[in-house]
Amino acid sequence: MATPLSLKELSKKETMITGGHRMCSGCGAPIVVKMALLASEYPVVVANATGCLEVSTCISEYTAWNVPWIHNAFENAAATLSGVEAMYRSLKKQGKINSDIKFIAFGGDGGTYDIGLQSLSGAMERGHDMLYICYDNGAYMNTGIQRSSATPLGADTTTCPAGTCVSGKPQPRKDLTRIMAAHGIPYVAQASPSHWSDLMKKVRKALEINGPKFMNVIAPCNRGWRSRTDDAILLSRLAVETCYWPLFEIENGVTRVTVKPKEKKPLSEFMRPQGRFKHIFAPENEALLKQAQHDIDAYWERLLKEEAFTAPPEPGQ
Amino acid sequence: MSASRVVAVTGNESVAEALRQVNPDVSAAYPITPATDIMQRFTHYVSNGKVKTEMILVESEHSAMSACIGASAAGGRVMTATSSQGLALMWEELFIASGYRLPIVMSLVNRALSAPINIHCDHSDGMGARDCGWIQLWSENAQEAYDNTIQAFRIAENMDIRLPAMVCMDGFIISHSIERMEYLDDDAVRNYVGDFKQLYPLLDIAHPVSYGPLILSDYYMEYKRAHAEVMSKVKHVVLDAASEFERISGRKYGLFEDYRLDDAEIGLVVLNSAAGTSKDVVDAFRDRGIKAGLLKPRLFRPFPYEEVGEALKHLKAVCVLDRADASGASYGPLFMEIASSVSPYSPRPVLLNKIYGLGGRDYLPGHAESVLSELAEVAATGKVRTFKEYIGVRE
Repeated sequence: MATPLSLKELSKKETMITGGHRMCSGCGAPIVVKMALLASEYPVVVANATGCLEVSTCISEYTAWNVPWIHNAFENAAATLSGVEAMYRSLKKQGKINSDIKFIAFGGDGGTYDIGLQSLSGAMERGHDMLYICYDNGAYMNTGIQRSSATPLGADTTTCPAGTCVSGKPQPRKDLTRIMAAHGIPYVAQASPSHWSDLMKKVRKALEINGPKFMNVIAPCNRGWRSRTDDAILLSRLAVETCYWPLFEIENGVTRVTVKPKEKKPLSEFMRPQGRFKHIFAPENEALLKQAQHDIDAYWERLLKEEAFTAPPEPGQ
Repeated sequence: MSASRVVAVTGNESVAEALRQVNPDVSAAYPITPATDIMQRFTHYVSNGKVKTEMILVESEHSAMSACIGASAAGGRVMTATSSQGLALMWEELFIASGYRLPIVMSLVNRALSAPINIHCDHSDGMGARDCGWIQLWSENAQEAYDNTIQAFRIAENMDIRLPAMVCMDGFIISHSIERMEYLDDDAVRNYVGDFKQLYPLLDIAHPVSYGPLILSDYYMEYKRAHAEVMSKVKHVVLDAASEFERISGRKYGLFEDYRLDDAEIGLVVLNSAAGTSKDVVDAFRDRGIKAGLLKPRLFRPFPYEEVGEALKHLKAVCVLDRADASGASYGPLFMEIASSVSPYSPRPVLLNKIYGLGGRDYLPGHAESVLSELAEVAATGKVRTFKEYIGVRE
């Protein structure tokens, strides 16, 4: 069993990703990484897909990583970590390694939802003991804000720019968290850096489970979202409170919504501070805003029903 | 010399046996004809506890090489096998394996590249990967495929170079044909290969390392220059590994095989299985008093230009037979290496290039005969009809 999180304990732990890396000020991704590594009670080896996080944290001769770290290419963090984890099992079986080591992959939404989906699916199906964490900022931010399959409906990106004929991205997001759950792996979760305790508990729980685990974590990007530099936590909180980014986990097929907003805020509160949605508020795009709100509502309702169906209240409650 | 067993096996079977004897820590593989058979046989050893290897049965060749890179960086002995499209899909990863200086060994069972899709032998796959920073050893028959596979581990893992190595053999012609050959005994192979020596392993938690940094214009070129420097040491490592291998096997290997070249006036240069057929025809020409010879490259990457040039410089006419083509956009890839090898010499042999055997088209003694007859005429007259042509093809 994972030990409970306490700020006292966390304050004494060494940060495994150092300051001084070259991520943009206000970026959500390194916050997610810092929390995830802080949550681990084991030594970890990290694999990193090509992307902002990778390109900004290990520029020769410097590295921000206090843990063993490997970057291979864009689409293969999960396959690369499969190899590391298999070598660990081989050497452990041969008595050449005695310590317990955990394996975490980090990839952005481009490297996870899109180009890395096959290698991720393969690694999950093969049952490697690893936790894959997607930091989802909803576009190819590293190459300059191109649309990905994680880009939300209507968002303005450099490859689906809002214009007179096209109002940003015409399609809704791919539901990767559920695709991963459909692999039947023991643990899948969504988290947000605004809810640090929820995020870190999920990481700690995941690392206690043997086998493949997946977490999807929202990670605001002020460059791509065209928001204030210091709004990463505020926006990720609004993503949770509007149910744009529900916090839930699916453990051995049982769904549990881990944070239920007291009052579900309208989606527009999440969208309005972001320049990528500016055009959505024009009168001619009213239908698009309605559609986006409808999609969010439907997803939330379905999630609650799923929770009630898979995890009925304990008898007597 | 150690004890050996005489067996009748296919090329794939011989490579699988070499891999069983080497007993790597991890292997990641994906099925593709004609290499599939190697991994089928090898996983049979895994399922029956004959090896300690952790198998990763991946969902693509891209992931196979990605997992091999992760496993090798983690700190252990790693191998895989593939052919054709599989190697093409790995292409991006081949450069990363060599860029990280990971001693992965790969068996490449040569097969034609699509399109049109074709499962039979040519060398377009291996030639497409010739500049990816790997060592390449090419093998004429099952015995050489077996011997080269064993030597490849010792070469790749040499602490002075630490580079990935691919061992090539002809698809179907060798991979699926039964030949008489000799196996070394298990202990001899294990002693020859030795224990794997870790270098900056990811799994050394106490000493964290970062693999795969960003290096921009300030140092990228120095990094690549350093790789070239390491490559320059490979020849010596290959020759040392060969001389040690000769001690246990009695079989002699070099950078290439020179066959009746010393006093030759005309010669063929050809890779892999076609060299066997060609040597018989060279003998027949010698019987007729024509001074023919043959050179069969073994270490194709890095290419031993000086040694090959020295071996060929005195010939009057040489034909380079390429089992790969650049769709007519240039000479064959082997031809270009031979042309570079003899270019410093004057006089130097007249060079012809014939493209043969694409997509498994048979290479027959008659082809070697007509090429050698043409060379004899070129040597006598100095006149060349055409420098590059396709043989064994409907025009």
